[in-house]
Amino acid sequence: MKKVELIGISKSYDRQKDVISNIDVRIEPGEFFVLVGPSGCGKSTMLRMIAGLEEITGGTLKIGEQTANRLPPSRRDLSMVFQNYALYPHLSVEDNITFGLDVKKVPKAERKKRAQDTAEMLGLTDYMKRKPRELSGGQRQRVALARAIVSEAPICLMDEPLSNLDAKLRGHMRSEIRRIQRQLGITMIYVTHDQVEAMTMGDRIMILHEGKIQQIGSPIEIYNHPANPFVATFIGSPPMNLAQAEADPGTSSVILPGGEPIRLPEGAFEGIGKGPVTVGIRPEFLMPAQGTSEHPVFRAEVTNVEVLGHETVFSFLAGTEEWTAKWNGQWQIQPGDRIPIALDEESICLFDAKSGTLMKKPAARQLSVPAEGAAT
Amino acid sequence: MTMSVPKKITFYTMLTVSAVILFFPIVYAFMISFMTGPEILQGKFFPESFHLDNYIRVFDRLPLLNYLLNSFIVSAGVMLGQLVVCSLAAYAFVFIPFRGSNFVFFLFISTMMIPWEATMIPNFFIIQNLNWLNTYQGLTLPFFALAFGTFLLRQHFKTIPKELHEASQVAGLGPFRFFLKVVLPVSKTSLVTLGAYGFLTTWNMYLWPLLVTTNNSVRTVQIGLKQLQSQEVATDWGVVMAGVIVVIIPTLLLLFLGQKQLQKGLTQGALK
Repeated sequence: MKKVELIGISKSYDRQKDVISNIDVRIEPGEFFVLVGPSGCGKSTMLRMIAGLEEITGGTLKIGEQTANRLPPSRRDLSMVFQNYALYPHLSVEDNITFGLDVKKVPKAERKKRAQDTAEMLGLTDYMKRKPRELSGGQRQRVALARAIVSEAPICLMDEPLSNLDAKLRGHMRSEIRRIQRQLGITMIYVTHDQVEAMTMGDRIMILHEGKIQQIGSPIEIYNHPANPFVATFIGSPPMNLAQAEADPGTSSVILPGGEPIRLPEGAFEGIGKGPVTVGIRPEFLMPAQGTSEHPVFRAEVTNVEVLGHETVFSFLAGTEEWTAKWNGQWQIQPGDRIPIALDEESICLFDAKSGTLMKKPAARQLSVPAEGAAT
Repeated sequence: MTMSVPKKITFYTMLTVSAVILFFPIVYAFMISFMTGPEILQGKFFPESFHLDNYIRVFDRLPLLNYLLNSFIVSAGVMLGQLVVCSLAAYAFVFIPFRGSNFVFFLFISTMMIPWEATMIPNFFIIQNLNWLNTYQGLTLPFFALAFGTFLLRQHFKTIPKELHEASQVAGLGPFRFFLKVVLPVSKTSLVTLGAYGFLTTWNMYLWPLLVTTNNSVRTVQIGLKQLQSQEVATDWGVVMAGVIVVIIPTLLLLFLGQKQLQKGLTQGALK
């Protein structure tokens, strides 16, 4: 298995404005690496540069130990799965799977065997003689996957492979791709705009926004310690609640625009001066107020309620912002109600109001979860 | 589709009438080909008896089989040449990005607006100076580069998802193998259409073969038919029509076979 290393990679179409700038990352052998970001952030372009389908305008790309900037796609030792699968419509499933092997002059007997093995792994043996148009979306997806696996390339690139499937199938394929990747130990670079896919599949995630790296890290690390407000709102569903507030280290509190001061625990303001900050808190840390809560409680007007069965997600007005809270269970709340909400002040994070860097990390998640009615 | 009975009757009547009008000349030619001279002059529609005298005479009077063979070689040659040249040109326009490719393409297309007759004389001089009069290459070569064909194939190639191109690049296919193994099989429908078009147009061509042939060695059937007409003072129409029927048989055959292929190709549908 091979590593992929990007050193100062940038891409520009008109030689003036970089659509991707200064990407530095080392993808370890056998790692499942997810590139995630909103549409237009350059994640697909980056993948296509690694594949060799798009020219690299700056920096160095290393595959294994070799500099690969100028290598044609076929010499980069990788396989790729496309969003629309790119199956050859005139070939049967079997021929589609062996298509690349044929070109690489693999002997016929071995070709057959490898196709059989891969088809078995993906449950395609019954469809080998069919044409792609006679398959369902999920089956086509599997054929595309089989084509990538059968080449035995040490690196596999996937460009939003699940976005054409329905939700249920997507969940299934998610675990299947992960299983196969573990089983074969291939280095996987996976592009998606879906943060759930990123969270559940990746060993490490890279979050891209406007062609720049926002954060790289393991899913939980990113969830717990988002590097900036963009990451905080991009990862997590519903997103993290944000508000502009005033930091007052003297009283160890932040003052929300509504005038509500929240006292933060000791040491929270280390290295933070008086002035504007961005306050962030995840919806699950806004809890139902218990009789005598040790957390600050405030009353807010509910604007929207979604009861999902196992949990209730509702939004309310916190000062000028609309915040979202997530409570376990089925709560009888109506829009317009004014309800008491407790806020876990230790789980608050503070971002620099200007640069957006994380200044105060939230406390470790296991702490201070009340016994009843808490979020997951 | 469901249709009310009166509507159906109207439609079928109209279809029948137009079919009869369109097909009348061929049917009449078919009938005349069995008639003797006096019968034709009497203006009858049905011959008194169906005998093959006229057919025997047409093969007697002309080396018709020879002409048919020539026509077949020329038409097939032009068809293959057009397919090769047009598909390669269209491939370049679609899959090889180069500066000014759009400009070159529109230049290419604009030649469609120049009538073929306008370029006939220069073409003739070229063929003459190459000493290609009375040769198959002289008959076929000027028709290989067909702007219409390039346009038709380019439009089809453009519908091929670019991911297929990229997938084969990743798989390690060179441009020519991608052309042979993916582009051509996927565009079978358009290739068949263009092939049938090229074959039929060449089969029915009259002026060019007339110009570049001076003896019977490579002459095509259309000229043969004309010869039948002017060989005698009073044209024996029965014999001419027998010749016509023999000449259109391959055309009709091709049309029927091609149609089946075409329908098959069209109903296959594209894969998203």
